[in-house]
Amino acid sequence: MSAIEGLETAHHHDVEHEQHHEAPNFWQKYIFSEDHKVIAKQYLITGILWAVIGISMSVVFRIQLGFQDANMSWLKPVLGGWVSETGKLDPNFYLALVTMHGTIMVFFVLTAGLSGTFSNFLIPLQIGARDMASGFMNMLSYWFFFLASVIMFASLFVQTGPAAGGWVIYPPLSALPQAHPGSGLGMTLWLASMAFFIVSQLLGGINYITTVINLRTRGMSFDRLPLTIWAFLITAVLGLISFPVLLSSVLLLIFDRHFGTSFYLSDIYINGEALPNVGGSPILFQHLFWFLGHPEVYIVLLPGLGITSEVIATNSRKPIFGYRAMIASMLGIAFLAFIVWAHHMFVTGMNPFLGSVFMFLTLIIAVPSAVKGFNYITTLWRGNIVFTPGMLFSIGLVSLFVSGGLTGIILGNSALDIQLHDTYFVVAHFHLVMGAASAFGLFAGVYHWFPKMFGRMMNTSLGQIHFWLTFIGIYLVFIPMHYVGIAGFPRRYYQFTSYNFTNKFMDMNMFISVAAIFTFVAQFIFLWNFFYSIFKGKRAPQNPWRSNTLEWTAPINPGHGNWEGELPAVYRWSYDYSKPGAKEDFIPQNIPYSQTLESNFPHENELIATEKAIESQNFNDQFKNAH
Amino acid sequence: MYIIIALVALVFLVLTGVVVARLQNVLKSVNKPDSLDTIPSGNKINGAMFIVVLIIGAVAITWSYLHSREYFLPTASSIHGRRVDDLFWFSMGILTIPFIIVNFLIFFFSWKYQHKKDHRASFYPDNHRLELIWTIVPAIVMALLVFTGWKAWSDITSDAPRDAEVIEITGKQFNWIVRYPGVSDNKLGDYNYKLIDPQNEVGIDLSDENSFDDFTNPSEMHIPVNRPVLLKIRARDVLHSVFIPHMRVKMDAVPGLPTKFWFVPDKTTADMRSELNDPNFDYEIACTEVCGQGHFSMKMRLIVEDEASYKKWCSEQATFLQTYPEYLAKVPENLKAKAMKYIPAEAAAPADSSSTGGGAGNSTSLR
Repeated sequence: MSAIEGLETAHHHDVEHEQHHEAPNFWQKYIFSEDHKVIAKQYLITGILWAVIGISMSVVFRIQLGFQDANMSWLKPVLGGWVSETGKLDPNFYLALVTMHGTIMVFFVLTAGLSGTFSNFLIPLQIGARDMASGFMNMLSYWFFFLASVIMFASLFVQTGPAAGGWVIYPPLSALPQAHPGSGLGMTLWLASMAFFIVSQLLGGINYITTVINLRTRGMSFDRLPLTIWAFLITAVLGLISFPVLLSSVLLLIFDRHFGTSFYLSDIYINGEALPNVGGSPILFQHLFWFLGHPEVYIVLLPGLGITSEVIATNSRKPIFGYRAMIASMLGIAFLAFIVWAHHMFVTGMNPFLGSVFMFLTLIIAVPSAVKGFNYITTLWRGNIVFTPGMLFSIGLVSLFVSGGLTGIILGNSALDIQLHDTYFVVAHFHLVMGAASAFGLFAGVYHWFPKMFGRMMNTSLGQIHFWLTFIGIYLVFIPMHYVGIAGFPRRYYQFTSYNFTNKFMDMNMFISVAAIFTFVAQFIFLWNFFYSIFKGKRAPQNPWRSNTLEWTAPINPGHGNWEGELPAVYRWSYDYSKPGAKEDFIPQNIPYSQTLESNFPHENELIATEKAIESQNFNDQFKNAH
Repeated sequence: MYIIIALVALVFLVLTGVVVARLQNVLKSVNKPDSLDTIPSGNKINGAMFIVVLIIGAVAITWSYLHSREYFLPTASSIHGRRVDDLFWFSMGILTIPFIIVNFLIFFFSWKYQHKKDHRASFYPDNHRLELIWTIVPAIVMALLVFTGWKAWSDITSDAPRDAEVIEITGKQFNWIVRYPGVSDNKLGDYNYKLIDPQNEVGIDLSDENSFDDFTNPSEMHIPVNRPVLLKIRARDVLHSVFIPHMRVKMDAVPGLPTKFWFVPDKTTADMRSELNDPNFDYEIACTEVCGQGHFSMKMRLIVEDEASYKKWCSEQATFLQTYPEYLAKVPENLKAKAMKYIPAEAAAPADSSSTGGGAGNSTSLR
């Protein structure tokens, strides 16, 4: 409803225009758009730009770690004073790079870029809605994200450098500008940017939830929702509950930094001065941070899993195995996500009893995760698999998710975490299970829904090459990183020559760096393919993957309101692939059972009687309802 | 040695190159017919790639693991450390099984069930018994791992034995400072962060008589072998984390919130030197919580020695009051007589009058 309201408001303000349905001007159409499809593309392009920045940073610090004697003078044009006269990277800037890489990849790429893009794009199209519940809030969500992006980007150019206390910004380091240059203006901007980012996430999340609950088309009951929508819904709920906690911890940190409070500060003597703050606890921040931080892992991952479910089912030409178990496991993961946060804090001095409790809760997560893994594999079993690039990335996601998830069982064990905490074993673990797996979800989504987004196809062969290079590259980077972790190498070290126990394994670190650069370079294949195909790609057919979900019943280039005429009605779930007896190997959701008598199961024949009722109810069409 | 890993990478590169070339050919031949064909070019090649990557990957992972082992940390030098290691390799062993099975199935199924013309996938939407099996089996394995982990964790984090050697370690930007309870009373004196100054780096409170014989050291920590050692861990400015890799010890140092960790080292530095055949071997203490510019080099030497040499070393250390006699001024009047015992005779007289005097010059601090 509000989408239309928004348009009307814009219309009223615009004195020159008289007609109600006249085409929006450039600004309304592409910049301050309230159309979910345009907003999704805005998120996607912004996310891709951030990804280029974020991954480039990792290349710089991988050069530092893999080639300790490297002369980095050639980076002077970009990094300026952060590279010394002798071509050495500044140690403070190294920490800033690590911090910004984490922040950018976790929040700006894999949260906003992934969830923002596909929740926005797919929710209305897959549930059969004209647009989001509130187009205006949706637009605000993007522009708050944009504002956050601008601030974060600006912080890269601050004289004292951007924030540099690790992406977890633990105080007191982040609270005390005298402790580190990165805790000065850079950290102020980081906190401001994150505050706006959270606002953006909340505006988006409320919208996703409301839209899924209220604007499903006729017949689209919850047990007919594609798993993508289930994943986006659960993700949005996770974000809605956890992001405000991050906001509160950020606000308290701002208070400590600027208004002299002591929420996180106590007993500190720094730079020849004993600070007056007493009574605060740095551990409090860690609790608050990880109360977001852990669900955040699933906020990043669940959309990827949802996309994978959809893509694997479509391209195996099989129904997803265990549809209900998939939903149940996502709900289980989402619930558990809120009660495991302290497994990031086993060795912070937290009460060991709490450690035992959190170890127990953490290891339970392995069970729903295992269910998901096995269900994906059974979906592949006896399929008729088509290796579209989207499918390849989805299969890759399952492999990465399992390989990275298994080491989580080691790290969730508090006794083992004593040795492994903050070593490269952790880095390898979460990059596989959360970083790479989610990034693969993003790639799978882009390749799969590109035809719907831009009305053109991406080049398949380039996509396949991109997949293999990336997939092999990711494993080449992160499997060896486990070895480095087992050897005890701590994270966030500028160089490894200071200790005897780390002054070895040089060629392994070099190898990891070479593999990382190799993987980075492979991404340009994607970039070229993506941007080239937007303008020059082959024209897409209406349903290129022969998929069941509703978005493929919309016009190739859906206009405002997505469907011309009536909204489609839904009569079945979205996974009727290769149904015995059916003519084609797919039956879209909008085909009634009365038209597929040859393939119906007995209980489905009974549902034919309900079709009239489904057809006649049309409560949710935003174009029809008065507002 | 790792040239071979690089070679593996090269093989992958060449392989991908081959695929690129093949794909391009296939692309040319397939692109022309009707655009409605939904089977993308190179479906066969991609299917084959799964098997190729599976085999090469399995070889590469096995090989790289075997050749990385020599760089792993040597057998733990503490009792709990070996238990943690055993548990780690036991868990890794168990988890390797699903790692192999699952990845094998993913790759194998992808190859086996690749698209075939005139073939139809099986409509197989669920099977409750199967789902029950793979819910229950992981749950049982998890229960086993939780139990062993929990036992180890609660033993490691239990209270230290009474006879444990108590040593305080304080983290600051960017070094560690250890404080020993001293040879006479074997008790650590109180501290207060407001008493910290360039000489009194850990804020020893000299109004507590237990502090008179305390001594500090900013560069090395000595501990006795085969006795429980209880580390009392503090931080002065920001978070740090005590990490003794060879002992499998790690605990954060938090300003305002003292933490602790106890362990029993059972190999002396000398033992390790002969075991590893490395005369330069030293135990090291590192920092694993990012603390600023010098985070990567907060090194402290750790020397594990037999009881006799440990006692001897302790008795040779100058107490804090001996090093900075001017701090006698901070001792309350009623305890002054007691404190005088720890003051070298020649320094005692001038220290009475000036409290800011000569001490600063010969400061051993590594600020």
